[in-house]
Amino acid sequence: MRKTGVPQEAAQMRGRRWNELQGWLFMGPALLFVVVFVLFPLGQLIYTSLTDRSLLGGGRFVGIENYLRIWRDSSFWRALQFTMIYTLVLTPILMGLGYALALLTVENTPLKRLTRTIAFLPVIIGISSSSLLWYWLLDEQVGLFNKLLVDLHVIKEPIVWFVTADLAFWAVVISITWKVVGFGMVLFVSGIQAINPEIIEAAIMDGAGYWRRVRVMLLPLTRRILLLTTLVSAIGSMLAFDQFYIMTSGAPRGQTFTAVYWIYQNSFVSFKLGYGSALSVVLTLIILVFAALQIALTVRSEAS
Amino acid sequence: MSLAMRAVAAQSHAISERRRLSPSAWLVAAACVAVMAIMAAPLVFSFLASIKSTAEASASPPDYLPHTFSLENYARVFDHQAGLASYVGNSLLVALMAIAACIGLAAPAGYGLARFTTRGKEIAFLLLLAPMMIPYQALLTPLYLDFAKVGLVNSHIGLAIVHTILQLPFSIYLMRNSFEAIPREIEEAAMIDGCSAWRRLTQIFMPLAVPALVTVALFAFIMSWNEFLGALILMNEESAFTVPILLVSVRTGDHGAINWGSLQASVVISVIPCLVVYLALQRYYISGLLSGGVK
Repeated sequence: MRKTGVPQEAAQMRGRRWNELQGWLFMGPALLFVVVFVLFPLGQLIYTSLTDRSLLGGGRFVGIENYLRIWRDSSFWRALQFTMIYTLVLTPILMGLGYALALLTVENTPLKRLTRTIAFLPVIIGISSSSLLWYWLLDEQVGLFNKLLVDLHVIKEPIVWFVTADLAFWAVVISITWKVVGFGMVLFVSGIQAINPEIIEAAIMDGAGYWRRVRVMLLPLTRRILLLTTLVSAIGSMLAFDQFYIMTSGAPRGQTFTAVYWIYQNSFVSFKLGYGSALSVVLTLIILVFAALQIALTVRSEAS
Repeated sequence: MSLAMRAVAAQSHAISERRRLSPSAWLVAAACVAVMAIMAAPLVFSFLASIKSTAEASASPPDYLPHTFSLENYARVFDHQAGLASYVGNSLLVALMAIAACIGLAAPAGYGLARFTTRGKEIAFLLLLAPMMIPYQALLTPLYLDFAKVGLVNSHIGLAIVHTILQLPFSIYLMRNSFEAIPREIEEAAMIDGCSAWRRLTQIFMPLAVPALVTVALFAFIMSWNEFLGALILMNEESAFTVPILLVSVRTGDHGAINWGSLQASVVISVIPCLVVYLALQRYYISGLLSGGVK
């Protein structure tokens, strides 16, 4: 504007270049952070997984020996299988109950808003807090959960939850269900509220009953948020550690070790960092499949 | 006249509607109350157990309600090992540093992504979201080794870095979206006034995006206050423990036997900041969850 002819073009060029450079300058610190604290350690992780490094020293290059050991490590496969069963059992419970709560509280009346707020409270407290809270509630001596079940004549004697792997598994499932069921609920409420009310009114006019509307309209129309929430929830369960570390300590006889717990055990209890790194790489690859699905779904839902 | 009549008619219609609906409406209301009772009960009973006397809190079989009021459980947690103040202080300091890092990194990055025509910026965006795809549990081993070399084990900065890794992708995603929603005209006016890009960010964009900044800070606080595995691995000296590690150490106790009253007192202490912050800023939390938590 201020200059004319060729100099103006040059100024524009310079302006564009300056604009480009500024963009990088603003992104720079965050990019540097990710490179230094995520990508570089990831490279180190992969390198360490090819060595026999321990917390006390070592670090000889051993090629894929650690990975061959994983292949033969029945404890790891058992931990991975346990984690997958945990995920496959917990995820449908969380999604089903979360959806039921969403249906119950979807209208914005004061009572339903309050119900949503209270049902969501456990989501924001720490998983260590909730695990210790339930560790106490479930205790066979002093636990109120056992006392309540006895008082209601559901059981005759208090259940000793952490003595068998099956019971310990269900103890964790109960506590985590309480802890995160509100997460799905809130997302499903927003999904249902986003449906055009005219569509639902038309269905009511046509005489479709409540459960039929849920089955034929609400569930299909909230399919995408259901899928995304399922994936987020499943990834979380696949990476479970805190609740098992605190409530079961992997007991009895290591039967409640999850994948992350087994990695922690190898790296920071047995100090086998090389091997622990190889396990981490395998776990990362498994999670990447889930994450790729999640991103593909997100991109698709943004496109539509 | 006719207006009033119509109003009366509408009102009586509403009343009859309500009457007609009432059996199922009552059922729904009862279900809501039941849900609230089930979801609140563990927290309420934890609090009630924490104000029992130590002996009463360890009684078997237990009672639902306390017979006595006592703060001895809190007193014991207060003096546990390095002292409660030290653990709360550690947690707060780490959380504040994580919040500062998330805002300090995500606001400029979100601005760069939202307002500059940099080539390759979508690739940069994917790179910035990369920590979402790589479980941080896997990164803790190399980070521990690196941090041990430079003195960041048992350091607030080290743990704050781990918490920033966890929260940065969400923060950048949120800041980019909220900056993109700010009308371009506002920025163009500032450019004509000769305002530099940095000043446009700090004096125009950030004030206009306060809700997003609050959301970023809120998520960073709650995550950092509660995070367990990173703190377990990096903070292995008593004086460096954060609150979640304190909880586990209270259970272990001094002499092996679990002190149930103290355990619930420490659970209550760990939960209260989250509840207060969440209830005060609920709107921001839910909107953040909906805009970025799942994506």
